[in-house]
Amino acid sequence: MKSLSEIETTVKRATKAAGYSWGVSEETAKSVRLLELFSLPGVKHLNEYFNEKNQNKFENLNLISEKNSSLKHPYCPIILGVSFLDQINILENLKKIEFKNIAYPVIFLSFISRSSEIIGKKIYVKIDEKIILLNLNINMILSFIDQEFPKIANTIEVHLLENKDNFTKDEWNNLYKLSEDTFVEESDSLKEGAAGAGLTDND
Amino acid sequence: MKVELRDPNKIMKLSRLGSFHQSKLSFLRSFLNEFKEWEYKKDLFNLNENGFGEAVYSFKKNKRVYSLVCFANEIKDEERSDRVIATKWDAAFTLHDGVPTKKDIERLKNEVPKQEIGRLSYKELTLSRANKSVRIYNHVVENLSNGNQPDLNLLSKVGYLYRTTAVYGSGKFGLADRFRIKNREEINGPFRLEMMLVYLVRQFTFDQVNHVAYHKNPKIAVRLDDNICKNLGIGNSTGLGMAPFIVNHPTLLNNWIESREKALKKIREIKNTKSKDTDLFIECVKKSLKNITSWNTDSKYQQKKISMLLRDVEKFLNFIDREFDFEIEYPFNKIYQWLEDNTCEECIEYIVSIMMEPYNDITNPLVKEMSSDEEKYFNIPTDRTVEELLNIIEAKYKNILNINFEEKQNNQNFWFISKNKEEPRLADRFEENGSELEQPLAIARDIKKLYDVLLVTKNSLTIAEFLASNSKLRHVVRRAFIIEKFPYSEIQDNTIGKELMPIDMLRLKLSFFGALKFDPKSDKWLRICMFQGAPLPHELKNYDEQWVYKTKI
Repeated sequence: MKSLSEIETTVKRATKAAGYSWGVSEETAKSVRLLELFSLPGVKHLNEYFNEKNQNKFENLNLISEKNSSLKHPYCPIILGVSFLDQINILENLKKIEFKNIAYPVIFLSFISRSSEIIGKKIYVKIDEKIILLNLNINMILSFIDQEFPKIANTIEVHLLENKDNFTKDEWNNLYKLSEDTFVEESDSLKEGAAGAGLTDND
Repeated sequence: MKVELRDPNKIMKLSRLGSFHQSKLSFLRSFLNEFKEWEYKKDLFNLNENGFGEAVYSFKKNKRVYSLVCFANEIKDEERSDRVIATKWDAAFTLHDGVPTKKDIERLKNEVPKQEIGRLSYKELTLSRANKSVRIYNHVVENLSNGNQPDLNLLSKVGYLYRTTAVYGSGKFGLADRFRIKNREEINGPFRLEMMLVYLVRQFTFDQVNHVAYHKNPKIAVRLDDNICKNLGIGNSTGLGMAPFIVNHPTLLNNWIESREKALKKIREIKNTKSKDTDLFIECVKKSLKNITSWNTDSKYQQKKISMLLRDVEKFLNFIDREFDFEIEYPFNKIYQWLEDNTCEECIEYIVSIMMEPYNDITNPLVKEMSSDEEKYFNIPTDRTVEELLNIIEAKYKNILNINFEEKQNNQNFWFISKNKEEPRLADRFEENGSELEQPLAIARDIKKLYDVLLVTKNSLTIAEFLASNSKLRHVVRRAFIIEKFPYSEIQDNTIGKELMPIDMLRLKLSFFGALKFDPKSDKWLRICMFQGAPLPHELKNYDEQWVYKTKI
């Protein structure tokens, strides 16, 4: 089995050899390492992408907007991913971002996962019919078990989720009430000696 | 009194970094300190009469066990090479996580001796190989088997029985990734497992030499005297493979240097010293003279540095004896200022290292700050502006901005990865092919390029906008934002100039390992000695912390 360190080093060098800058190669290496850590096919898809890149043309998207579509050639997942990562602080203000015609979307996915950590928000991604929840770069929840990703995604929807509870108010209140059973009622004398006691609030 | 940390523009110059010496912060010393309470055991010693076979050594505490698995092999003299192109070695080693089963040992027997072309698993933590110093090894076997101890004069010329030619860790060749073990408290220090491997290999070399001598002449053979063992270390041949590491791990480099700088600052800020502390300091300086006078090298470059060091340390001792009074306030600050005014860089850093000896209370907490969670600082803050980046570069790379890379001599070399061995190499850009495949290690040149582009870019642009059209500069944009937080993360020098001495980069790293007796064999590789004078495993529970200054040979 290859270690993640070997994967990162080799991906960095291969990406540079495929024509990207050293800085972009470093980013790609981190992203593919992450995919492999999550048991997703990073090396496989990057390999296929580089093979295909020699024969076909791919579009570089440097400035991302709410709706992004490349009619002629699919988007390069690396440049798209790096742009997404770089612009995430601005993109954060959009609720939904849409991309059409993206090559090897699993590679792009890893950059979105890293972006989730940067803004501290969960991100919901829909790749055609597949649904993925990215949890602050700690894990990814996939709605499908075969872990098969398409070579081309017709549409990717990225929803930047607001931080909110995953449960109802009632569910929380019930649990909190139960937790109160570990508390002890404080006597008056203890209250008098507690922090702040004996001082006026305006001193 | 508040002493400022030393200026990175001065300390991070290669000539200064190449003058660093081991100290209490060095990894082999902090390893010994951490593992002194662990239970040491020789678990297996299955060598034939010629010393070939397998052995296992371990350190154990509670449920945690680290085991060194050794394979000693017969090789022909003409097959023995310290160069990275070698394919056979006298012995090969791996540090296994836990107790190896018979099945593990069988698996490792097939892989470990192959080194780079073998495959290890997540159960192995480090990998290494070593060759005998044949001259010394045979001399020791010969004498022991005849009932005599070896000639100390001869031993002092080399200082070890074996030298390692590589020590690998952190995921190389299938070894465990660092993240699998990073939460273990006992290895919360850089290269701690690599140090453990080297330390246990040292013991294997003594056991093997005793074993071979005994089988040669069982009736009269004697064991190598413990005091002699103690004064032998493990050699190491190190080439350019080590140099890019310190460029590729900026936050780690910062944490090493900053710990040293913080230690010095705190020592200089001691107002009144205790005589037991200053006595220990002076004793260490005096005893360390033996380390200088027994420092053998054929390198004219190093010989000159050693003779300047010896001259200046003697001058320093003379100053302390005749002119200095430790009763004054802030005596170490005065000493430091005197060193800067009167001695060479080699001597300044030598004495700075020794100043730490009495002060465990200062150095011990710093040892814990010498690792780095590098991933945390990888992302570029792309919401910052071009103006902010310009300000960082002007503040943090002052000297580098003065280098003119249009001049041939400043752009003479390039770093590349050798196709044959996948190892870093350095070559003349104007004489060798391949500079188009240059590695991103010319940081000074690329920072200057970045600066020139930033100067003609709109200040209010965000870094995200800047990077959209300047992808080629991305790797140095990342570094500039790292140095903003980590002042000692960057070598403040030209790593591709004609005057570059790559061994300065190696020496920096090796000094933090705790190596002694740097012996350059060219400007691109050197030999060193590790653990010379260190306590033997059975002495660890109660050892003299200043062992490094008390070697006898």
